[in-house]
Amino acid sequence: MSHNASPPLLDIQHLSLSFGGIQAISDFDLKVHKSEILALIGPNGAGKTSVLNTITRVFTPQSGEIIFKERDISHLPRHAIASLGIARTFQNIELFESATVLDNLLLGRHRFFNGHWWQQLLRTPHFIQTEEDTREQIEHIIDFLDLSPWRHSPISGLPYGVRKIVELARALCAKPELLFLDEPASGLNTEETRDLAFWIDDIRTDLGITVVMVEHDMSLVSAVADRVVCMSQGKILASGTPQEVQSNTDVIAAYLGTSS
Amino acid sequence: MRFDYHTQYRQGFALFKDNSDRILYALLLTVMCAVPWLASSFVLGELAYVFILCIASLGLMVLIGYTGQVSLGHAAFVAVGAYAHVWMMNKGLPMLTSMLSAAGISAIAGLVVGIPAIRVSGLYLAMVTMAFAIVIEQVIGNWSSVTGGFTGMPVPDAQIGKWSLSGPKSFYYFCLVLLVLVVVSLFNLLRSALGRSFMGVRESEAASYALGIQVNQVKIIAFGLSAGVTGLAGALLAHHLKYLTPDGFSLLLSLELVLMVVIGGVGSLRGAILGGLLISLLPTLISNIKPWLPQAWSKQSGFETFIFGFILAFFVLFEPTGLNGRWLKFVSLIESFPLYRKDTFKRNKRYMKSERYR
Repeated sequence: MSHNASPPLLDIQHLSLSFGGIQAISDFDLKVHKSEILALIGPNGAGKTSVLNTITRVFTPQSGEIIFKERDISHLPRHAIASLGIARTFQNIELFESATVLDNLLLGRHRFFNGHWWQQLLRTPHFIQTEEDTREQIEHIIDFLDLSPWRHSPISGLPYGVRKIVELARALCAKPELLFLDEPASGLNTEETRDLAFWIDDIRTDLGITVVMVEHDMSLVSAVADRVVCMSQGKILASGTPQEVQSNTDVIAAYLGTSS
Repeated sequence: MRFDYHTQYRQGFALFKDNSDRILYALLLTVMCAVPWLASSFVLGELAYVFILCIASLGLMVLIGYTGQVSLGHAAFVAVGAYAHVWMMNKGLPMLTSMLSAAGISAIAGLVVGIPAIRVSGLYLAMVTMAFAIVIEQVIGNWSSVTGGFTGMPVPDAQIGKWSLSGPKSFYYFCLVLLVLVVVSLFNLLRSALGRSFMGVRESEAASYALGIQVNQVKIIAFGLSAGVTGLAGALLAHHLKYLTPDGFSLLLSLELVLMVVIGGVGSLRGAILGGLLISLLPTLISNIKPWLPQAWSKQSGFETFIFGFILAFFVLFEPTGLNGRWLKFVSLIESFPLYRKDTFKRNKRYMKSERYR
């Protein structure tokens, strides 16, 4: 595929991040193009999640630029990322546990207008209409991800696989342009992983969202990813189609070690 | 059993779930309005006091129950509200203006404490707020020109225009109206975006940031809102006490407020009311059952504190969801009567919990 026509959606240049003496990411470059599904793979401790956390401003990089839609976002406040149209899920599910699925998804819409405080206090007719519209948007996502049986259940009572999907749904409620999935298939069984593969593909084709995922499950990666980037020790080891990366000798060495 | 059948989304977040809800709340309100014709003026005074404590406990519930920030110093905000109110009334402000301004001043005090306090959380936050309460108690004791110092100062009579509120009946109604207003306003706020962001901050800060919630700002707002409501309770309390001294706003009051929230059930307005009811009526209850207890027990000093501690320990061990949890279980028993399963609310051990990126 050629993307020379338009600038990349996300352009990371010379990104470096260290924690004391540990260099988590060093001189990292990555371009993410609109409407692609990019998988970030690599052995444990390679810095995949750190890249994701740096883009979503959990960590501040020591150097480098993160350019999203031609704007450097590497020093924005952490809460400002959502309103740019970037959403994410977490490796260890970060749902609002004692709340219901519906409340979690409603919070997903927090970046949009939800009424002024006095409208919330008095519940003006206009405000109730806003709440209904919000609810309608959420119902689309609930339909999309088949969550309707769980709509009113508290998260604390849900099985792990459903929680993963609820977290994905919450990220989608924020109507992102760029979606980061941190190990979406970890802890899911084969069937759930296959459903997830279809959903991720639909997220790109039906909703037009660009997806970057950190993933270990190569069956999912080769099923959906257009492009795979393999990281090791904070650097890019290889990139290309899933088949190319899987057969790359450096990648195999990074995962299994070399015999010499 | 009851099944909700909604044809519009707005039914899902309505104030009352259905008609039986509406009827029950109307009935409750009617009973509350009828009480002055049935009860003695002593009971009315006690009930007004219960309502005031319920307002204070609602204020603290916003902070502890919804935002997950523990404050052990809320008596300070009660005191700020009470003294500010009396000071402004002495300066000649009308009662309602002064009361609202007192709530406002208390809210500002809450913001002032909140801004540094949000840098710490959990136990440390509890210590900071407790220290603030101690400081306020000392300030009130020593700032004699405004607060009357340790000897205290009298509270002017409650009066709106020409309508006196100093009688037990009228004061009872005034407290009831304010309680209902506070409950409805808080309920509206807490089921809207603001309340949802409180809940988000309580449950996961990492996810809140990722969804665009300004975590620190939300925490400060929670502090301000909570302090404001508590301050309003303070202004009312001044009229109930009729004479203000600093030792009325000691650490014990802070702890009682925390007890109300915890025993009532963290994270629900109904819990705050139920907790407020129980804790504020407990001393009366204890003195009523004392004659039936063996002398050796009832004459023991610290007997009341023992009962308070015992009840708290009981709830923490056996009913962490508090009185509200008990109530919900009772309702679900009624609703699903013949089919109620004993294990519906069984607590399960959880084996999965992450504490990363907080």
